Amino acid sequence: MSWLEKLMPSRIRIDGKPKKTIPEGLWSKCNSCSAILYGAELEKNQEVCPKCNHHMRISARKRLIYFLDDIDVEELNFTLEPSDPLKFKDSIKYRDRISQAQKKTKEKDTLIVMKGNLKGKPIVSCAFEFQYMGGSMGSVAGEKFVRAIEACINENRPLVCFTASGGARMQEALFSLLQMAKTSAALNKLSKHTIPFISVLTDPTMGGVSASLAMLGDIHIAEPRALIGFAGPRVIQQTVRETLPEGFQRSEFLLEHGAVDMVVERLDMRDTIANLLFTLHEDM
Amino acid sequence: MDLNYLEFEQPIVELDEKISELENASKSGDFNVEEALKSLREERRKMIERIFADLTPWQTSQMSRHPQRPYTIDYINRIFTDFQELHGDRVFADDPAIVGGLARFDGRPVMVIGHQKGRDTSEKIRRNFGMSRPEGYRKALRLMKMAEKFNMPVLTFIDTPGAYPGIGAEERGQSEAIARNLHVMSVLKVPVVCTVIGEGGSGGALAIGVGDRLFMLGFSTYSVISPEGCASILWKSAEKAEEAAAAMGITADRLQELGLVDEVIEEPLGGAHRDPTKMAETLKSTLSGALSELRQLPTGEMLQQRYHRLMSYGQYKE
Repeated sequence: MSWLEKLMPSRIRIDGKPKKTIPEGLWSKCNSCSAILYGAELEKNQEVCPKCNHHMRISARKRLIYFLDDIDVEELNFTLEPSDPLKFKDSIKYRDRISQAQKKTKEKDTLIVMKGNLKGKPIVSCAFEFQYMGGSMGSVAGEKFVRAIEACINENRPLVCFTASGGARMQEALFSLLQMAKTSAALNKLSKHTIPFISVLTDPTMGGVSASLAMLGDIHIAEPRALIGFAGPRVIQQTVRETLPEGFQRSEFLLEHGAVDMVVERLDMRDTIANLLFTLHEDM
Repeated sequence: MDLNYLEFEQPIVELDEKISELENASKSGDFNVEEALKSLREERRKMIERIFADLTPWQTSQMSRHPQRPYTIDYINRIFTDFQELHGDRVFADDPAIVGGLARFDGRPVMVIGHQKGRDTSEKIRRNFGMSRPEGYRKALRLMKMAEKFNMPVLTFIDTPGAYPGIGAEERGQSEAIARNLHVMSVLKVPVVCTVIGEGGSGGALAIGVGDRLFMLGFSTYSVISPEGCASILWKSAEKAEEAAAAMGITADRLQELGLVDEVIEEPLGGAHRDPTKMAETLKSTLSGALSELRQLPTGEMLQQRYHRLMSYGQYKE
């Protein structure tokens, strides 16, 4: 329920979800402009609304499929999955949250890493699955990111990472926090080998992921209107008790404040990044 | 109720009251209360021992934020000589939530950096309750790079609820400031020894917490999010902070068991604030031991060990 609905007296509130009259899969609705969109067209447009240019959140796997050339793709370290070092339990056991998330997303954890090509140039690319516990970074994501870096070094391939994450995973507590240090430390190794790292910040990139690997790229690219920041807007609002500026913590705001190099639309991502990589990393 | 005593310390307060009543009685009258006093004092000591031997994680969390707990400057004054505070990030501002500067430790030059909370209301506000903005982390980074240049070890003291969640902080790149510190500290060519002295709050703590050694004072805590924050997200109620504190394993002992902390530095009976001088002595001797170990290592080897240590963090199935 949105805050607006909460404010409305209950007798005029419309209870229940809007009726689903659209058959699953064939048509979908833009969650920004509410336009009804034809599934195949939306897919062709990489899930960017053709009417209002809203960049919808997409799965990590789809992201990498859209981004990489469709030949010679190999997924790396896909067998890694979370353990539960703290036997963490809130209202639900962490172990149960893991199996729910695995069932929902068909992924073992948040970070998906693939070795492939971008317009013929060999690269390693990884993406966070936001649908898996909010794309949170725990031990698995940290380790897979480090191994992605090692794969880059072994074969002199640039790294392109798409982040979509609420931050560090609370259920692994300090283990998660320390993944920030682990991933940030490993990026030094990549720099030492003069291998470029391009960080693409997509909606949303917050907290511990934003305050580590996502902000350590040689080049920072943001998708339009993505929410990017350290503290969440709600926490900030509660702390400072003033209205947040228009467009606060959105990509365009970060561009204006110098935190990202450019805002790039999803459909231009391949061209832009290929161009950057061919220029930065000529010796291949 | 005395605000300087936590809820679970109330039995001690009651005994203290009895003791002072008796003391007054012995001064005014001719009763001989020495025996009674002696046994009450003994009872008090045992009670403190008993209470503090078995604190819950939530009680420990309260200890870590105790209003009388020694802060970075209290330790600087007791452990170092010739401290000269250095200010500012050279770009935007000086952030009083982090203090840093040159000092001597056992007579040798070091760089000291730590979060600083305020003692009274006006200082609390000036220091923003130890919650740093990007310029604080950037000042820390500047001082660490200076330490590297002049080849002196860096000693950091962690005590913060977290990085400040504010509009300006976001505008000036809070995330980038923290990330940059993690990145640079992991390869800084001088020994870096980090100690959590109070509250180790999330990214704001880690931003001065990457190094060759991680120590924690006995009643300090270190976690990815505050117990209240965790509870309000996962339990949908900040009231469940006690459960969240237990679930996250935020105490020094637990984190040592998990292999994430090198050493737990024992606090004086009843906590650091009951005897800051003794606490400082113990802390000093641990730091001194760590520094002499690290000074013997060739730089390359020290950095390699640091890297391996960082890479070892995490547990997963394969």
